[in-house]
Amino acid sequence: MKTKNIIYTAIFVVITAALPLFIKAPYQLHMLILVMMWAVIGTAWNLLGGYAGQVSFGHAAFFGLGAYTAGFMIFHFGISPWWGMLLGPIVATIISIPIGLICFRLRGPYFALAMLALGEIFRLLFINMVSITNGAKGILIMPAITSKVFYYYVGLAMLLLTVLITYLIVHSKIGYYLVSIREDQDAATSLGIPTTLYKLLALLPSAFFTGLAGAFYTNYVAFIDPHIVFNLSNISVMVILVVMLGGVATTWGPTVGALIYIFLGEIFRTTLGSANVLVFGVLVCLIIMFLPNGIVGELDLIKRICTRKKESLSGGV
Amino acid sequence: MIFFEVKNITKKFGGLAAVSNLSFKVEEGEIFGIIGPNGSGKTTVFNLISRFFPLTSGEIYFKGKRIDTVPAHKICEMGIGRTFQVVKPLRRMSVIENVMAGAFLRTSSMGKARHKAEEIIEFCGLERYTHREAKGLPIPLRKRLEIARALATEPALLMLDETCAGLNPKESEQAIDLIRRIRDRGITIIIVEHIMKVMMGISDRILAINFGSEIATGKPEEIANHPEVIKAYLGDAYA
Repeated sequence: MKTKNIIYTAIFVVITAALPLFIKAPYQLHMLILVMMWAVIGTAWNLLGGYAGQVSFGHAAFFGLGAYTAGFMIFHFGISPWWGMLLGPIVATIISIPIGLICFRLRGPYFALAMLALGEIFRLLFINMVSITNGAKGILIMPAITSKVFYYYVGLAMLLLTVLITYLIVHSKIGYYLVSIREDQDAATSLGIPTTLYKLLALLPSAFFTGLAGAFYTNYVAFIDPHIVFNLSNISVMVILVVMLGGVATTWGPTVGALIYIFLGEIFRTTLGSANVLVFGVLVCLIIMFLPNGIVGELDLIKRICTRKKESLSGGV
Repeated sequence: MIFFEVKNITKKFGGLAAVSNLSFKVEEGEIFGIIGPNGSGKTTVFNLISRFFPLTSGEIYFKGKRIDTVPAHKICEMGIGRTFQVVKPLRRMSVIENVMAGAFLRTSSMGKARHKAEEIIEFCGLERYTHREAKGLPIPLRKRLEIARALATEPALLMLDETCAGLNPKESEQAIDLIRRIRDRGITIIIVEHIMKVMMGISDRILAINFGSEIATGKPEEIANHPEVIKAYLGDAYA
Protein backbone atom coordinates (compact mmCIF):
# COMPACT_ATOMS: atom_id res chain seq x y z
CA MET A 1 0.00 0.00 0.00
CA LYS A 2 2.69 2.42 0.99
CA THR A 3 5.00 1.62 -1.93
CA LYS A 4 2.00 2.04 -4.24
CA ASN A 5 1.45 5.53 -2.87
CA ILE A 6 5.12 6.39 -3.33
CA ILE A 7 5.04 5.20 -6.94
CA TYR A 8 1.92 7.23 -7.72
CA THR A 9 3.44 10.31 -6.10
CA ALA A 10 6.69 9.83 -8.03
CA ILE A 11 4.75 9.61 -11.30
CA PHE A 12 2.85 12.78 -10.37
CA VAL A 13 6.08 14.64 -9.59
CA VAL A 14 7.79 13.55 -12.81
CA ILE A 15 4.80 14.50 -14.97
CA THR A 16 4.25 17.88 -13.32
CA ALA A 17 7.98 18.66 -13.38
CA ALA A 18 8.17 17.82 -17.08
CA LEU A 19 5.01 19.68 -18.09
CA PRO A 20 6.68 23.03 -18.94
CA LEU A 21 8.77 21.18 -21.53
CA PHE A 22 5.58 20.52 -23.48
CA ILE A 23 3.35 23.39 -22.46
CA LYS A 24 5.04 26.58 -23.55
CA ALA A 25 2.11 28.97 -23.94
CA PRO A 26 2.06 31.53 -21.09
CA TYR A 27 -1.74 31.30 -20.84
CA GLN A 28 -1.80 27.58 -20.11
CA LEU A 29 1.13 27.95 -17.72
CA HIS A 30 -0.71 30.77 -15.97
CA MET A 31 -3.66 28.50 -15.35
CA LEU A 32 -1.47 25.72 -14.01
CA ILE A 33 0.22 28.19 -11.67
CA LEU A 34 -3.19 29.24 -10.34
CA VAL A 35 -4.10 25.58 -9.88
CA MET A 36 -0.95 25.06 -7.78
CA MET A 37 -1.68 28.12 -5.67
CA TRP A 38 -5.27 27.05 -5.03
CA ALA A 39 -4.15 23.52 -4.32
CA VAL A 40 -1.81 24.88 -1.63
CA ILE A 41 -4.60 26.94 -0.03
CA GLY A 42 -6.99 24.00 -0.27
CA THR A 43 -4.52 21.53 1.25
CA ALA A 44 -3.77 23.96 4.06
CA TRP A 45 -7.47 24.53 4.75
CA ASN A 46 -8.10 20.78 4.59
CA LEU A 47 -5.74 20.10 7.49
CA LEU A 48 -7.83 22.26 9.82
CA GLY A 49 -11.26 21.95 8.20
CA GLY A 50 -11.08 18.44 6.79
CA TYR A 51 -9.05 16.43 9.27
CA ALA A 52 -9.59 18.37 12.49
CA GLY A 53 -13.18 19.24 11.50
CA GLN A 54 -12.82 22.92 12.39
CA VAL A 55 -14.51 24.54 9.41
CA SER A 56 -12.94 27.96 8.93
CA PHE A 57 -14.74 30.63 6.93
CA GLY A 58 -11.87 33.06 7.45
CA HIS A 59 -8.82 31.65 5.71
CA ALA A 60 -8.63 34.80 3.59
CA ALA A 61 -7.19 36.41 6.74
CA PHE A 62 -4.08 34.25 6.53
CA PHE A 63 -3.88 34.55 2.75
CA GLY A 64 -4.10 38.33 2.99
CA LEU A 65 -1.58 38.53 5.81
CA GLY A 66 0.93 36.55 3.74
CA ALA A 67 0.22 38.67 0.68
CA TYR A 68 0.54 41.96 2.53
CA THR A 69 3.72 40.89 4.32
CA ALA A 70 5.28 40.36 0.90
CA GLY A 71 3.83 43.66 -0.29
CA PHE A 72 5.22 45.53 2.70
CA MET A 73 8.73 44.27 1.90
CA ILE A 74 8.93 46.54 -1.10
CA PHE A 75 6.38 49.16 -0.02
CA HIS A 76 7.91 49.97 3.36
CA PHE A 77 11.41 48.54 3.35
CA GLY A 78 12.34 48.65 -0.30
CA ILE A 79 13.59 45.09 -0.34
CA SER A 80 12.57 42.29 -2.65
CA PRO A 81 9.02 40.97 -2.05
CA TRP A 82 10.49 37.49 -2.33
CA TRP A 83 11.50 37.87 1.29
CA GLY A 84 7.77 37.80 1.90
CA MET A 85 7.78 34.14 0.87
CA LEU A 86 9.80 33.55 4.03
CA LEU A 87 8.23 36.13 6.36
CA GLY A 88 4.62 36.04 5.11
CA PRO A 89 3.89 32.52 6.33
CA ILE A 90 5.61 33.27 9.64
CA VAL A 91 3.50 36.40 10.20
CA ALA A 92 0.33 34.49 9.31
CA THR A 93 1.30 31.70 11.71
CA ILE A 94 2.07 34.04 14.60
CA ILE A 95 -1.19 35.94 14.18
CA SER A 96 -3.10 32.64 13.97
CA ILE A 97 -2.11 31.78 17.56
CA PRO A 98 -4.31 34.36 19.35
CA ILE A 99 -7.03 33.78 16.73
CA GLY A 100 -6.99 30.07 17.52
CA LEU A 101 -6.93 30.53 21.27
CA ILE A 102 -10.01 32.75 21.05
CA CYS A 103 -12.02 30.90 18.40
CA PHE A 104 -11.31 27.32 19.53
CA ARG A 105 -13.44 27.98 22.60
CA LEU A 106 -16.35 27.78 20.18
CA ARG A 107 -17.63 24.65 18.49
CA GLY A 108 -19.10 23.87 15.07
CA PRO A 109 -21.07 26.66 13.42
CA TYR A 110 -20.05 29.16 16.12
CA PHE A 111 -16.39 28.59 15.31
CA ALA A 112 -17.13 29.00 11.59
CA LEU A 113 -18.94 32.30 12.23
CA ALA A 114 -16.19 33.64 14.48
CA MET A 115 -13.62 32.89 11.77
CA LEU A 116 -15.83 34.55 9.17
CA ALA A 117 -16.01 37.67 11.29
CA LEU A 118 -12.24 37.65 11.79
CA GLY A 119 -11.59 37.48 8.07
CA GLU A 120 -13.83 40.49 7.56
CA ILE A 121 -12.17 42.36 10.43
CA PHE A 122 -8.80 42.00 8.70
CA ARG A 123 -10.22 43.22 5.40
CA LEU A 124 -11.70 46.33 7.00
CA LEU A 125 -8.53 46.96 8.99
CA PHE A 126 -6.37 46.83 5.88
CA ILE A 127 -8.72 49.12 3.96
CA ASN A 128 -8.80 51.72 6.72
CA MET A 129 -5.20 51.76 7.95
CA VAL A 130 -4.27 53.77 4.88
CA SER A 131 -0.96 55.09 6.22
CA ILE A 132 0.36 51.55 6.64
CA THR A 133 -1.40 49.59 3.91
CA ASN A 134 -2.10 52.24 1.26
CA GLY A 135 -5.80 51.40 1.74
CA ALA A 136 -7.98 50.43 -1.17
CA LYS A 137 -5.40 51.77 -3.62
CA GLY A 138 -3.44 48.62 -2.89
CA ILE A 139 0.20 47.84 -3.47
CA LEU A 140 1.69 47.51 -6.91
CA ILE A 141 5.06 45.87 -7.34
CA MET A 142 7.40 45.58 -10.32
CA PRO A 143 8.18 41.89 -10.59
CA ALA A 144 11.86 41.19 -11.19
CA ILE A 145 11.10 37.86 -12.83
CA THR A 146 8.50 37.53 -15.54
CA SER A 147 9.14 34.00 -16.77
CA LYS A 148 6.04 31.87 -16.19
CA VAL A 149 8.14 28.72 -16.04
CA PHE A 150 9.92 30.06 -12.99
CA TYR A 151 6.63 30.71 -11.17
CA TYR A 152 5.39 27.31 -12.25
CA TYR A 153 8.28 25.59 -10.49
CA VAL A 154 7.97 27.77 -7.39
CA GLY A 155 4.27 26.89 -7.27
CA LEU A 156 5.03 23.20 -7.73
CA ALA A 157 7.64 23.24 -4.97
CA MET A 158 5.14 24.95 -2.66
CA LEU A 159 2.47 22.38 -3.45
CA LEU A 160 4.76 19.40 -2.90
CA LEU A 161 6.01 20.82 0.38
CA THR A 162 2.46 21.50 1.59
CA VAL A 163 1.20 18.05 0.62
CA LEU A 164 4.24 16.35 2.15
CA ILE A 165 4.01 18.16 5.49
CA THR A 166 0.25 17.65 5.66
CA TYR A 167 0.69 13.96 4.84
CA LEU A 168 3.29 13.52 7.58
CA ILE A 169 1.08 15.29 10.14
CA VAL A 170 -2.01 13.30 9.22
CA HIS A 171 -0.22 9.94 9.36
CA SER A 172 1.10 10.46 12.86
CA LYS A 173 -0.28 10.60 16.38
CA ILE A 174 -1.34 14.20 15.71
CA GLY A 175 -3.42 13.07 12.75
CA TYR A 176 -5.25 10.45 14.80
CA TYR A 177 -5.93 13.03 17.48
CA LEU A 178 -7.22 15.58 14.96
CA VAL A 179 -9.66 13.09 13.43
CA SER A 180 -10.76 12.02 16.93
CA ILE A 181 -11.54 15.65 17.75
CA ARG A 182 -13.50 15.97 14.50
CA GLU A 183 -15.53 12.84 15.18
CA ASP A 184 -16.37 13.59 18.81
CA GLN A 185 -14.77 16.25 20.92
CA ASP A 186 -16.11 14.89 24.23
CA ALA A 187 -14.90 11.38 23.47
CA ALA A 188 -11.52 12.87 22.52
CA THR A 189 -11.32 14.67 25.86
CA SER A 190 -12.21 11.45 27.68
CA LEU A 191 -9.21 9.81 25.97
CA GLY A 192 -6.91 12.45 27.43
CA ILE A 193 -6.57 14.53 24.27
CA PRO A 194 -5.99 18.24 25.01
CA THR A 195 -8.37 19.38 22.28
CA THR A 196 -7.47 23.07 22.14
CA LEU A 197 -3.76 22.32 21.86
CA TYR A 198 -4.25 19.86 19.01
CA LYS A 199 -6.63 22.15 17.15
CA LEU A 200 -3.90 24.76 17.40
CA LEU A 201 -1.38 22.23 16.04
CA ALA A 202 -3.64 21.94 12.99
CA LEU A 203 -4.19 25.68 12.66
CA LEU A 204 -0.50 26.66 12.73
CA PRO A 205 0.61 24.76 9.61
CA SER A 206 -2.72 25.60 7.98
CA ALA A 207 -2.12 29.34 8.49
CA PHE A 208 1.53 28.94 7.49
CA PHE A 209 0.84 27.45 4.07
CA THR A 210 -2.12 29.74 3.40
CA GLY A 211 0.22 32.68 4.16
CA LEU A 212 2.80 31.15 1.83
CA ALA A 213 0.25 31.04 -0.97
CA GLY A 214 -0.63 34.67 -0.22
CA ALA A 215 3.01 35.79 -0.46
CA PHE A 216 3.33 33.87 -3.70
CA TYR A 217 0.24 35.62 -5.03
CA THR A 218 1.78 39.05 -4.39
CA ASN A 219 4.96 38.09 -6.20
CA TYR A 220 3.16 36.50 -9.10
CA VAL A 221 0.24 38.83 -9.74
CA ALA A 222 2.22 41.94 -8.64
CA PHE A 223 -0.84 43.81 -7.39
CA ILE A 224 -2.80 43.40 -4.18
CA ASP A 225 -5.54 45.33 -2.45
CA PRO A 226 -7.60 44.34 0.62
CA HIS A 227 -10.71 43.57 -1.44
CA ILE A 228 -8.80 40.98 -3.41
CA VAL A 229 -6.66 39.19 -0.86
CA PHE A 230 -9.06 39.35 2.10
CA ASN A 231 -12.08 38.51 -0.04
CA LEU A 232 -14.77 36.49 1.70
CA SER A 233 -16.51 34.88 -1.28
CA ASN A 234 -13.56 34.56 -3.64
CA ILE A 235 -11.12 33.17 -1.10
CA SER A 236 -12.57 32.13 2.25
CA VAL A 237 -15.69 30.47 0.86
CA MET A 238 -14.13 29.39 -2.43
CA VAL A 239 -11.46 27.34 -0.70
CA ILE A 240 -14.17 25.40 1.15
CA LEU A 241 -15.97 24.67 -2.11
CA VAL A 242 -12.71 23.63 -3.79
CA VAL A 243 -11.92 21.16 -1.01
CA MET A 244 -15.49 19.80 -0.88
CA LEU A 245 -15.42 19.23 -4.62
CA GLY A 246 -12.11 17.39 -4.56
CA GLY A 247 -12.57 15.50 -1.32
CA VAL A 248 -12.54 16.57 2.31
CA ALA A 249 -9.87 14.88 4.45
CA THR A 250 -8.03 13.32 1.51
CA THR A 251 -4.41 13.93 0.53
CA TRP A 252 -4.99 14.92 -3.10
CA GLY A 253 -8.62 16.04 -2.90
CA PRO A 254 -7.82 19.78 -2.68
CA THR A 255 -5.49 19.53 -5.68
CA VAL A 256 -8.15 17.82 -7.78
CA GLY A 257 -10.67 20.40 -6.61
CA ALA A 258 -8.34 23.26 -7.56
CA LEU A 259 -7.76 21.78 -11.00
CA ILE A 260 -11.50 21.56 -11.70
CA TYR A 261 -12.22 24.99 -10.23
CA ILE A 262 -9.61 26.83 -12.30
CA PHE A 263 -10.24 25.04 -15.59
CA LEU A 264 -14.02 25.13 -15.29
CA GLY A 265 -13.79 28.83 -14.49
CA GLU A 266 -11.72 29.45 -17.62
CA ILE A 267 -14.01 27.43 -19.87
CA PHE A 268 -17.15 29.21 -18.77
CA ARG A 269 -15.67 32.67 -18.37
CA THR A 270 -15.62 33.13 -22.13
CA THR A 271 -19.23 32.04 -22.61
CA LEU A 272 -20.97 33.04 -19.38
CA GLY A 273 -19.00 36.07 -18.25
CA SER A 274 -19.14 36.63 -14.52
CA ALA A 275 -21.85 33.96 -14.19
CA ASN A 276 -19.13 31.31 -14.59
CA VAL A 277 -19.01 30.82 -10.82
CA LEU A 278 -22.64 29.72 -11.05
CA VAL A 279 -21.62 26.61 -12.98
CA PHE A 280 -19.07 25.81 -10.32
CA GLY A 281 -21.70 26.33 -7.62
CA VAL A 282 -24.13 23.96 -9.33
CA LEU A 283 -21.34 21.40 -9.69
CA VAL A 284 -20.51 21.64 -5.98
CA CYS A 285 -24.21 21.12 -5.16
CA LEU A 286 -24.32 18.01 -7.34
CA ILE A 287 -21.13 16.67 -5.78
CA ILE A 288 -22.48 17.18 -2.26
CA MET A 289 -25.69 15.37 -3.22
CA PHE A 290 -24.21 12.42 -5.08
CA LEU A 291 -20.57 12.16 -3.91
CA PRO A 292 -20.70 13.61 -0.39
CA ASN A 293 -17.02 12.81 0.23
CA GLY A 294 -15.88 14.60 -2.92
CA ILE A 295 -14.29 13.15 -6.03
CA VAL A 296 -11.16 11.72 -4.40
CA GLY A 297 -13.10 10.65 -1.30
CA GLU A 298 -15.53 8.58 -3.39
CA LEU A 299 -13.02 7.08 -5.81
CA ASP A 300 -14.07 3.58 -4.77
CA LEU A 301 -17.71 4.38 -5.48
CA ILE A 302 -16.83 5.93 -8.85
CA LYS A 303 -14.71 2.89 -9.74
CA ARG A 304 -17.50 0.55 -8.71
CA ILE A 305 -20.05 2.40 -10.86
CA CYS A 306 -17.71 2.33 -13.85
CA THR A 307 -16.90 -1.38 -13.54
CA ARG A 308 -20.53 -2.28 -12.96
CA LYS A 309 -21.46 -0.57 -16.19
CA LYS A 310 -18.79 -2.51 -18.04
CA GLU A 311 -19.92 -5.78 -16.49
CA SER A 312 -23.53 -5.23 -17.48
CA LEU A 313 -22.41 -4.34 -21.00
CA SER A 314 -20.36 -7.49 -21.40
CA GLY A 315 -23.18 -9.48 -19.83
CA GLY A 316 -25.55 -8.16 -22.45
CA VAL A 317 -23.23 -9.23 -25.24
CA MET B 1 -3.86 5.99 51.25
CA ILE B 2 -7.41 5.89 49.97
CA PHE B 3 -7.48 4.84 46.32
CA PHE B 4 -10.38 7.03 45.27
CA GLU B 5 -12.49 9.35 47.35
CA VAL B 6 -15.33 11.75 46.69
CA LYS B 7 -15.91 14.23 49.49
CA ASN B 8 -19.15 16.21 49.90
CA ILE B 9 -19.61 16.97 46.21
CA THR B 10 -22.49 19.16 45.10
CA LYS B 11 -23.55 20.13 41.59
CA LYS B 12 -26.26 22.69 41.01
CA PHE B 13 -27.80 23.42 37.63
CA GLY B 14 -29.40 26.77 38.37
CA GLY B 15 -31.70 26.10 41.33
CA LEU B 16 -31.70 22.32 40.91
CA ALA B 17 -29.15 20.29 42.87
CA ALA B 18 -28.43 17.30 40.63
CA VAL B 19 -25.91 15.99 43.15
CA SER B 20 -25.92 17.21 46.71
CA ASN B 21 -23.36 16.60 49.40
CA LEU B 22 -22.44 13.14 48.15
CA SER B 23 -19.43 11.26 49.58
CA PHE B 24 -18.05 7.78 48.88
CA LYS B 25 -14.79 5.86 48.83
CA VAL B 26 -13.61 3.22 46.38
CA GLU B 27 -10.93 0.69 47.27
CA GLU B 28 -8.32 -0.53 44.84
CA GLY B 29 -9.36 -3.65 42.93
CA GLU B 30 -13.07 -3.61 43.70
CA ILE B 31 -16.11 -3.24 41.49
CA PHE B 32 -18.12 -0.39 42.94
CA GLY B 33 -21.69 -0.01 41.72
CA ILE B 34 -23.83 3.11 41.74
CA ILE B 35 -27.59 2.63 41.44
CA GLY B 36 -30.54 4.95 41.57
CA PRO B 37 -33.83 5.68 39.81
CA ASN B 38 -33.92 7.73 36.59
CA GLY B 39 -32.62 11.23 37.05
CA SER B 40 -31.05 10.50 40.43
CA GLY B 41 -27.70 11.91 39.33
CA LYS B 42 -25.62 8.83 38.48
CA THR B 43 -24.27 10.07 35.17
CA THR B 44 -23.77 13.53 36.64
CA VAL B 45 -21.42 11.95 39.21
CA PHE B 46 -19.37 10.50 36.33
CA ASN B 47 -19.36 13.81 34.52
CA LEU B 48 -18.16 15.53 37.67
CA ILE B 49 -15.35 13.03 38.24
CA SER B 50 -14.21 13.23 34.62
CA ARG B 51 -14.42 17.03 34.79
CA PHE B 52 -16.98 17.43 32.02
CA PHE B 53 -18.84 19.68 34.47
CA PRO B 54 -17.19 21.82 37.13
CA LEU B 55 -18.17 21.07 40.72
CA THR B 56 -20.30 23.56 42.61
CA SER B 57 -18.56 22.47 45.80
CA GLY B 58 -16.68 19.51 47.25
CA GLU B 59 -13.45 17.65 46.60
CA ILE B 60 -12.38 14.56 44.67
CA TYR B 61 -9.16 12.63 45.42
CA PHE B 62 -7.45 9.94 43.36
CA LYS B 63 -4.42 8.16 44.80
CA GLY B 64 -4.02 10.96 47.30
CA LYS B 65 -4.04 13.71 44.69
CA ARG B 66 -6.82 16.22 44.36
CA ILE B 67 -8.28 15.92 40.84
CA ASP B 68 -11.21 18.32 40.79
CA THR B 69 -9.01 21.24 39.83
CA VAL B 70 -7.14 19.77 36.83
CA PRO B 71 -8.30 20.19 33.19
CA ALA B 72 -10.61 17.49 31.77
CA HIS B 73 -8.02 15.85 29.50
CA LYS B 74 -5.59 15.40 32.43
CA ILE B 75 -8.03 13.11 34.24
CA CYS B 76 -7.44 10.37 31.71
CA GLU B 77 -3.69 10.91 31.82
CA MET B 78 -3.79 10.44 35.61
CA GLY B 79 -5.39 7.04 35.11
CA ILE B 80 -9.17 7.44 35.13
CA GLY B 81 -10.93 6.20 32.01
CA ARG B 82 -14.62 6.38 31.24
CA THR B 83 -17.29 5.24 28.81
CA PHE B 84 -20.44 7.10 27.85
CA GLN B 85 -24.02 6.02 28.41
CA VAL B 86 -24.91 7.34 24.97
CA VAL B 87 -21.97 5.78 23.16
CA LYS B 88 -19.63 8.17 21.39
CA PRO B 89 -17.70 6.11 18.83
CA LEU B 90 -15.33 7.99 16.55
CA ARG B 91 -17.72 7.24 13.70
CA ARG B 92 -15.65 7.56 10.57
CA MET B 93 -12.69 5.71 12.03
CA SER B 94 -12.22 1.95 12.01
CA VAL B 95 -12.31 -0.07 15.22
CA ILE B 96 -8.54 -0.28 15.41
CA GLU B 97 -8.18 3.45 14.75
CA ASN B 98 -10.62 4.16 17.58
CA VAL B 99 -8.58 2.07 19.97
CA MET B 100 -5.29 3.50 18.70
CA ALA B 101 -6.60 7.00 19.45
CA GLY B 102 -6.78 5.83 23.05
CA ALA B 103 -3.42 4.06 22.99
CA PHE B 104 -1.62 7.20 21.79
CA LEU B 105 -1.97 8.63 25.28
CA ARG B 106 0.95 6.49 26.49
CA THR B 107 3.07 6.40 23.33
CA SER B 108 3.80 8.47 20.24
CA SER B 109 4.95 5.54 18.13
CA MET B 110 2.52 4.28 15.49
CA GLY B 111 3.85 0.74 15.80
CA LYS B 112 3.47 0.56 19.58
CA ALA B 113 -0.02 2.11 19.46
CA ARG B 114 -1.11 -0.40 16.82
CA HIS B 115 0.32 -3.30 18.78
CA LYS B 116 -1.39 -2.18 21.98
CA ALA B 117 -4.67 -1.66 20.12
CA GLU B 118 -4.53 -5.16 18.64
CA GLU B 119 -3.99 -6.66 22.08
CA ILE B 120 -6.94 -4.73 23.57
CA ILE B 121 -9.21 -5.55 20.63
CA GLU B 122 -8.53 -9.24 21.14
CA PHE B 123 -9.10 -8.90 24.89
CA CYS B 124 -12.51 -7.34 24.21
CA GLY B 125 -13.41 -9.92 21.58
CA LEU B 126 -13.61 -7.45 18.71
CA GLU B 127 -10.92 -8.99 16.48
CA ARG B 128 -13.45 -9.90 13.78
CA TYR B 129 -14.32 -6.23 13.38
CA THR B 130 -10.82 -4.73 13.53
CA HIS B 131 -11.08 -2.86 10.24
CA ARG B 132 -14.80 -2.14 10.27
CA GLU B 133 -15.87 1.50 10.45
CA ALA B 134 -17.26 2.34 13.89
CA LYS B 135 -20.46 3.91 12.56
CA GLY B 136 -21.58 0.60 11.04
CA LEU B 137 -21.32 -1.41 14.26
CA PRO B 138 -24.43 -2.55 16.16
CA ILE B 139 -24.97 -1.25 19.70
CA PRO B 140 -23.46 -4.18 21.67
CA LEU B 141 -20.23 -3.90 19.70
CA ARG B 142 -20.18 -0.13 20.01
CA LYS B 143 -20.42 -0.50 23.77
CA ARG B 144 -17.52 -2.94 23.65
CA LEU B 145 -15.55 -0.56 21.45
CA GLU B 146 -16.18 2.18 23.98
CA ILE B 147 -14.65 -0.03 26.69
CA ALA B 148 -11.74 -1.05 24.45
CA ARG B 149 -10.90 2.57 23.68
CA ALA B 150 -10.92 3.49 27.36
CA LEU B 151 -8.80 0.43 28.22
CA ALA B 152 -6.19 1.47 25.66
CA THR B 153 -5.42 4.54 27.75
CA GLU B 154 -4.24 2.15 30.50
CA PRO B 155 -6.50 3.38 33.30
CA ALA B 156 -6.16 2.35 36.94
CA LEU B 157 -9.81 3.24 37.48
CA LEU B 158 -12.47 2.70 34.85
CA MET B 159 -15.92 4.25 35.02
CA LEU B 160 -18.55 2.33 33.05
CA ASP B 161 -21.82 4.12 32.32
CA GLU B 162 -24.70 1.75 31.51
CA THR B 163 -22.64 -0.80 29.65
CA CYS B 164 -25.48 -3.33 29.60
CA ALA B 165 -28.34 -0.99 28.72
CA GLY B 166 -30.00 -2.00 25.47
CA LEU B 167 -28.34 -5.42 25.40
CA ASN B 168 -30.23 -8.73 25.32
CA PRO B 169 -29.57 -11.22 28.16
CA LYS B 170 -26.87 -13.11 26.25
CA GLU B 171 -25.03 -9.93 25.29
CA SER B 172 -25.33 -8.70 28.87
CA GLU B 173 -23.73 -11.90 30.09
CA GLN B 174 -20.80 -11.37 27.73
CA ALA B 175 -20.49 -7.79 28.93
CA ILE B 176 -20.44 -8.94 32.56
CA ASP B 177 -17.78 -11.49 31.73
CA LEU B 178 -15.72 -8.72 30.08
CA ILE B 179 -16.10 -6.46 33.13
CA ARG B 180 -14.88 -9.28 35.42
CA ARG B 181 -11.87 -9.89 33.19
CA ILE B 182 -11.07 -6.18 33.26
CA ARG B 183 -11.07 -6.31 37.05
CA ASP B 184 -8.75 -9.34 36.87
CA ARG B 185 -6.29 -7.15 34.96
CA GLY B 186 -6.03 -5.12 38.14
CA ILE B 187 -8.29 -2.27 37.09
CA THR B 188 -10.69 -0.84 39.66
CA ILE B 189 -14.19 -0.28 38.30
CA ILE B 190 -17.01 2.10 39.12
CA ILE B 191 -20.14 1.01 37.32
CA VAL B 192 -23.51 2.65 36.83
CA GLU B 193 -26.23 0.30 35.68
CA HIS B 194 -30.00 0.04 35.60
CA ILE B 195 -30.30 -3.71 35.40
CA MET B 196 -30.39 -4.90 39.02
CA LYS B 197 -29.49 -8.47 38.14
CA VAL B 198 -26.25 -7.24 36.64
CA MET B 199 -25.45 -4.96 39.53
CA MET B 200 -26.20 -7.51 42.22
CA GLY B 201 -24.10 -10.09 40.43
CA ILE B 202 -20.87 -8.23 39.87
CA SER B 203 -20.60 -5.41 42.39
CA ASP B 204 -18.51 -5.82 45.53
CA ARG B 205 -20.20 -2.82 47.08
CA ILE B 206 -23.08 -0.65 45.95
CA LEU B 207 -23.98 2.97 46.55
CA ALA B 208 -27.66 3.80 46.13
CA ILE B 209 -28.55 7.40 45.42
CA ASN B 210 -31.78 9.32 44.90
CA PHE B 211 -32.22 13.02 44.15
CA GLY B 212 -28.44 13.32 44.14
CA SER B 213 -27.97 12.16 47.74
CA GLU B 214 -26.85 8.89 49.25
CA ILE B 215 -29.60 6.66 50.57
CA ALA B 216 -27.51 3.59 51.34
CA THR B 217 -24.09 2.00 50.84
CA GLY B 218 -23.16 -1.61 51.38
CA LYS B 219 -22.94 -5.15 50.04
CA PRO B 220 -25.42 -6.02 47.24
CA GLU B 221 -27.71 -8.07 49.49
CA GLU B 222 -27.83 -5.29 52.11
CA ILE B 223 -28.80 -2.81 49.43
CA ALA B 224 -31.48 -5.08 47.95
CA ASN B 225 -33.21 -5.32 51.32
CA HIS B 226 -32.69 -1.74 52.40
CA PRO B 227 -36.11 -0.09 53.04
CA GLU B 228 -35.00 3.30 51.66
CA VAL B 229 -33.85 1.73 48.41
CA ILE B 230 -37.09 -0.19 47.99
CA LYS B 231 -39.01 3.02 48.70
CA ALA B 232 -37.03 4.93 46.10
CA TYR B 233 -37.69 2.32 43.44
CA LEU B 234 -41.13 0.99 44.25
CA GLY B 235 -42.76 3.66 46.40
CA ASP B 236 -43.88 3.87 50.04
CA ALA B 237 -46.38 1.01 49.79
CA TYR B 238 -43.66 -1.62 49.41
CA ALA B 239 -41.16 -0.36 51.96
